[in-house]
Amino acid sequence: MSSSAEPLTAPPATTRQGPAGLKVVQVPSIARTYLRLRHYRKSSVFPLPLRSAQSDSHHKLPQSALAHIATYSGRYSLVRMLAVRSFAAPARRQCLQGLPRAWTSSIQIQCQRGYATDISKKGKVATFHGQKGSDGLYTVSLIEGDGIGPEISQSVKDIFAAAKAPIKWEPVDVTPQLRNGKTSIPEETIESIKRTKVALKGPLATPIGKGHVSLNLTLRRTFNLFANVRPCRSIAGYKTPYDNVDTVLIRENTEGEYSGIEHVVVDGVVQSIKLITKDASERVLRFAFQYAEDIGRLKVRAVHKATIMKMSDGLFLGTAKQVAKNYPHVEFDAELLDNTCLKIVTDPTPYNDKVLVMPNLYGDILSDMCAGLIGGLGLTPSGNIGDECSIFEAVHGSAPDIAGKALANPTALLLSSIMMLRHMGLNEHATRIETAIFDTLAEGKTLTGDLGGKAKTHEYAGAIISRL
Amino acid sequence: MLMRSSVRSAQGLLRTAQNPTRAFATIQSDIFKPTKYGGKYTVTLVPGDGIGAEVAESVKTVFKADNVPIEWEQIDVSGLESGNKQSEELFREAVISLKRNKIGLKGILHTPVERSGHQSFNVALRQELDIYASIVLIKNIPGYKTRHDNVDLCIIRENTEGEYSGLEHQSVPGVVESLKIITRAKSERIAKFAFAFALANNRKKVTCIHKANIMKLADGLFRNTFNAAAKEYPSLEANDMIVDNASMQCVARPQQFDVMVMPNLYGGILSNVGAALVGGPGIVPGANIGRDVAVFEPGCRHVGLDIKGKDEANPTAMLLSGSMLLRHLGLDEHANRISKSVYDVISEGTYRTRDLGGTSSTHEFTRAVLDKMELHG
Repeated sequence: MSSSAEPLTAPPATTRQGPAGLKVVQVPSIARTYLRLRHYRKSSVFPLPLRSAQSDSHHKLPQSALAHIATYSGRYSLVRMLAVRSFAAPARRQCLQGLPRAWTSSIQIQCQRGYATDISKKGKVATFHGQKGSDGLYTVSLIEGDGIGPEISQSVKDIFAAAKAPIKWEPVDVTPQLRNGKTSIPEETIESIKRTKVALKGPLATPIGKGHVSLNLTLRRTFNLFANVRPCRSIAGYKTPYDNVDTVLIRENTEGEYSGIEHVVVDGVVQSIKLITKDASERVLRFAFQYAEDIGRLKVRAVHKATIMKMSDGLFLGTAKQVAKNYPHVEFDAELLDNTCLKIVTDPTPYNDKVLVMPNLYGDILSDMCAGLIGGLGLTPSGNIGDECSIFEAVHGSAPDIAGKALANPTALLLSSIMMLRHMGLNEHATRIETAIFDTLAEGKTLTGDLGGKAKTHEYAGAIISRL
Repeated sequence: MLMRSSVRSAQGLLRTAQNPTRAFATIQSDIFKPTKYGGKYTVTLVPGDGIGAEVAESVKTVFKADNVPIEWEQIDVSGLESGNKQSEELFREAVISLKRNKIGLKGILHTPVERSGHQSFNVALRQELDIYASIVLIKNIPGYKTRHDNVDLCIIRENTEGEYSGLEHQSVPGVVESLKIITRAKSERIAKFAFAFALANNRKKVTCIHKANIMKLADGLFRNTFNAAAKEYPSLEANDMIVDNASMQCVARPQQFDVMVMPNLYGGILSNVGAALVGGPGIVPGANIGRDVAVFEPGCRHVGLDIKGKDEANPTAMLLSGSMLLRHLGLDEHANRISKSVYDVISEGTYRTRDLGGTSSTHEFTRAVLDKMELHG
């Protein structure tokens, strides 16, 4: 189930939330498991050693109660009532210990979902778990992408080789496949990224057609990449109406307006559901605070529209206020979406010391808008952060019109790869390459066509290499 | 500038538009004419919270000085005291007054963030009166330099459904669903409004802003309805753009846009982005147009609680909204005199409020406008 599971169609959050949520939602399945368990014990197909007599006594229900469950197992309320009272927690533990394999797998999923409580213990979310290989190099999965992807990936490879970054590339293919009617990527790719824990991705051309979920969305879902980090920094040497932009924006990546839950109520009336859950909000907010600490910007600002969407954005905002209490040294405030739009476009500099965190749609719009402030998507990196794996990518298009002509600007992918290095803890290499890039851009002699220069992709890369 | 925006002519055009297939969104019947009593129009005035009282006073002073044949029916609704019964009553009163007068000038009402707080009065008013089309005019003011030149765009925003439907529920604790409603009927009438508006104001292009790549059904319906409506207006160029790209283009190259039409939330975002391009919420006028009622209010809806009572607010947005109101009533002469005076004062630059980098108070600015009007006679 875990590989084909789509976090969005089976939202993790509906499963549990604190003690109350846990009871309400999980119980029916536990009740069912319980009944099955009873069944197996009776028929003694599986020997089910229960570890302690004490827990066994918890486990047992009065005969009358069992009869209720058997008779009314379809009736949710009764089952819930019984289950809440008598065996919610102990039964779960029991099942894990005593059940045959087939059952444990489904229960493990439920345990994984209990994310919010876990992180409050661990403290840190989305740390990099990758290991160096025997040759002292980290392996990174590389999705070169379509169009200009291979060219700009080559630049990154060259520059990394010149900087002696301890990285080994493992090219993977993400040609979409339809598996069980769902868009998915090849098994080897999933396996590769799960192993390396980190990937760098060039632009992908989303096949335009009906029923095809975009590959970006597929990747996001497959690896549960819950946060999207989008820094935007003015490039010295490329003049736009805005100077000194240096924003960092973190966007919730899995739910909100992009939950994908939509339906036609009657002809001509469509409902689209914006889903906000406490779990997902908490996760991204924790990440935001943690990221703020990591990069030394000790101000976090949540952007919301809770005046209008009092419950959904209100939940996001309320969670933010709670999470903020765990980070007393990080300054926290909240701002209405309208004000943020107005102020950033009027003067972006007050945002230079803040990390902005927001739900999906707002983040999507604002991050692209910030990119507009500094000259477009060709200059902005992006990182998609998940618990297990993270994917760093260039968010611009695949520009098939200039593919193969060595005209492409690899800056976005390069900056993304630098974010990746920082995520992997290779800060020295990151800083060295970053300085070389910014210096090359500031000097302005070897720029690609989109920045008004004449240099070819490899010449630009060469100029960066010469500065390393 | 505001000549182009004359909403009135847009409506006239809609009325006469030869439309073979009469659709159920009948903007064609948008006929109304507020009644004149004793030679004067009665206009509802809701000053609003924050800076509302100050800028409304400025408008009243200027209108009075110009002998505008308008009788104000002022209702001081406030969204500040939540839970106060009186505010609900005043709100009802405002709705009734607007239904009777069919025309109003309104400041922005505060909406509390707290969940216990009341629903937004601004949104409730729009839904109640079905003033479905919000028009925001984003244009550089001559003489006031911003980062971008030659910005001249118009944002038309669906006002009554979408993300602001107010339908939300908590499935289980910690899981909230908020419904965005898009209907063909309302998408159609806003699309047609946008095209008719573009025709009436000599604009060339209408851009539909959406996110149909993600919300395939909801925004898909909006876009498809727009495309269908576009066929009835072959003289206008129609295109569409995804909202994130549009906001990026807006800050990078805003000159490419003309008329933009979009669902509710995107309108909120883009009108703020747009206002920031030309100088802030203090100078952007707007209107909300429905079948029966028209309410004019600053285009970029900010309450301005932080500068309340400091005599710092810029009354330009309210004054220009007021002159849009005058054009709506056919009082073009008054409208032109007032808007011209306002523009002249700003472009001369002696009297500017703080948001435009000056030091003048609201009163000084108003005084300057009055002086200018005397000159224009």
